[in-house]
Amino acid sequence: MIRSLRILSANPLSLVGLALVGLVILAAAFADFLAPFPEHRGAVVDFVNFNKPPDGTYFMGTDLVGRDMFSRILYAYRISLLLGVVVLAVAVPVGVTLGLMAGYLGGWWEYALMRITDVFLSIPPLVLAIAIMGVLQPTLLNGMLAVTAMWWPWYTRLVYNITRGEKVEGYVLAAEVIGASRAHVMFREILPNAVPAIVTKMTLDFGFVILIVSSLSFLGLGVQPPTPDLGSMVAEGARYLPDSWWLAVFPGLAILIAVFGFNLIGDGLRDILGPDR
Amino acid sequence: MLTVLRHAARRIGTSLLVLFGVSILIFVIARVIPGDPARVALGPNATAEQVGNLRAALHLDRSVVTQYGYFLSDLSRGDLGISLYTNRPVTTDIAEFLPATLELILVAGVLMVGLGMPLGILAARYLGRWPDHVIRVISLLGVSAPSFVWAVILMLIFAYWLQWLPIAGRLSEATLIPRITGFVTIDSLIAGNWAGFRDAWWHLALPAFALALSGIGQATRLIRANMIETYETPYIEMARAYGFPEGRIASHYAFKPSLIPSLTIIGLDLAALLGNAFLVEAVFGWPGLSRYGVQVILRKDLNAIVGTVLIISAVFILVNIIVDILTVLLNPRIRYAAGAGN
Repeated sequence: MIRSLRILSANPLSLVGLALVGLVILAAAFADFLAPFPEHRGAVVDFVNFNKPPDGTYFMGTDLVGRDMFSRILYAYRISLLLGVVVLAVAVPVGVTLGLMAGYLGGWWEYALMRITDVFLSIPPLVLAIAIMGVLQPTLLNGMLAVTAMWWPWYTRLVYNITRGEKVEGYVLAAEVIGASRAHVMFREILPNAVPAIVTKMTLDFGFVILIVSSLSFLGLGVQPPTPDLGSMVAEGARYLPDSWWLAVFPGLAILIAVFGFNLIGDGLRDILGPDR
Repeated sequence: MLTVLRHAARRIGTSLLVLFGVSILIFVIARVIPGDPARVALGPNATAEQVGNLRAALHLDRSVVTQYGYFLSDLSRGDLGISLYTNRPVTTDIAEFLPATLELILVAGVLMVGLGMPLGILAARYLGRWPDHVIRVISLLGVSAPSFVWAVILMLIFAYWLQWLPIAGRLSEATLIPRITGFVTIDSLIAGNWAGFRDAWWHLALPAFALALSGIGQATRLIRANMIETYETPYIEMARAYGFPEGRIASHYAFKPSLIPSLTIIGLDLAALLGNAFLVEAVFGWPGLSRYGVQVILRKDLNAIVGTVLIISAVFILVNIIVDILTVLLNPRIRYAAGAGN
C-alpha cells in the first residue's frame, strides 16, 4: 500500500489525482468546519441574499432561496462519496463471488450465471438504474440499490475471465491435488491473482459511480431536496441559464473535479498493476 | 464469408435469448411497483369500480406469470399495450420519439469514432511528448464529467455567450418539414428543403457533441493504450528499419491491429450513448425517446416503461452484434478460426 502510493506519486498526473481526491475527501469530512454557512445544507431560506452572483462572501454565489452554493457543494460531496463507497462495497463482493463461481465451477453454474450477467449487461448502464428508480421511491437507499444492480455484472465478467485463465495454472492444480476445498481454491488461490485488476477497476469505478448517481438525481430520480446533491443542483440551475450561470456551473465543476481525480489515480494504478481489460 | 454469416447467425440467436431474459427482468422490475398502478393512473378521484375495470383490462388481477404470458402474446403481435400517460399505443409513442433519439445518437457515434480514433493515433504516435499530454488530459476531462455537465457548459458558451448555435429543440419554429422517416435531416432532403436541412444540422451540433464527448475521450484512451502495445512489436521495428515514414507506420501498421481489441469496448461505449441521451435530451429539450422515458417513469406508466426499456435494450444489443461482426471481419485470425472451428 505504502509502496504503491510512493510509485503513484512519482507520476505527476497521478499526484494531481491524489491531491484532487484528497481535497474532495477533506472537504466532505470537514464540511462542518469548512463551510461558511453549515446551516445552508438543509431547508433554510434567506430571501435577502437570494440568487446572488459570486462575490466576497458567497464566492460561488447563492441559490434561489439564498443558500450559499459553496457550503452546499461541500455537503453534497458527502452524499456522493458515501454512495460511491456503499455501491462498491456491495457490488464488488457480489460480482467477484459470482465471477469466481462461474469461472471455477463451470458447467451449469457457468452457463446460468453468465447468461444472467449478459441480461443485466444488455440494458444500457444508465437505463437499468433509471428503470429501477422509476418504480421505487426516490430515496438514498433505493438510489444505492439501483446503481448497485447495474454495477455487479461488470465485476462478474472481469473476474470470470481472469478465473478461466487462472484455473488451468499449475498452482491451482497443486491445491486441488492436495485436497483443498473449492472455496479455498476460489478465494485463497485464484482471488489474490485477480486483486490488481479488481482494485484498478474499483478506483476508476469510484468516479463513475459518482457520475451515474449524479445523473440519476439530475433526472429527479435520486437524492431528494433539501439534501444537497450535485446532480439535482445542476438540474435546478440548468433552468436558470444563462443569467444565473453559477447555479449549474459550480456543482457541475464539482462533479468534474472529483471524477477527474479518481480517473487520474485509476490511470496511474493501471500503469503500475497492468491493463485490466 | 460463409463462416462470417454463420457466426452472425449464431450471435443473433444468443442475442434473442438474452433479449428474452431482458424482457423478463424489466417485467419483474415494473411489477414490483409499490401501490396499485391502476390507482396511480386514474388518480384519487376514481371509483373502486373504475380501478377494478382498469386492473382487469391490464390483467393486474392475475398472477405475475400469467401477466407475463399476456405480455408475450401481445408482444408477438407487435403490441406493447396502451400508455397510461398519452393514452396511445406504446408502439405509436415509440415510433414517434425514437427517430429523434437515433438521429442524435448516430451523429454522436460518428463524432466519437471520427474524432476519438485520430486523436488516439496522434497521442500514441507522439507518446510522451506534448501532443500526447494535451490529448491525454483532454480525453480524461471528457470522460470525467457526465454528459449533462458538458451539455450545460457547451450550451452556456456556444448558445448563450457566443450565440453561434441554437439553445434548444430540434428545428427552428419557422421550419416545417413533413414527417416521412422521422429523421429531420433525411426528411428535409426528401422535401428538397435546404434551409430546413441546414437548420436541422445547426440544432443537432451542440447536443450531439455534448453526448459524444465522453465517448470521444474513451475511444481516444483505448486506441492510444492499444497502439502503445502494438508499437512494441517486432514488425513495427522492422517497418522502421525499412525506413517507412512514422506517419505511415502509425496510420497503417500500428493502427489496424490496435483497432481490433478496441472495437468491442467502443461498441459498448457507442451503445452507452443510449443511456446518456436521457441526460442530454433533458438539457436541450430534445423531443426524443429518452425524454418520453423520463416522463413515463415519473408517472409510473407500466406499459410505457417496459416498452421503452425493451426497445432501447434491443437497439443496444443490435449495436453490439454489428460491432461483433465487424471485429470478425477485421480480424483474419478470428475469421479463419471461426471457419476452422466448424
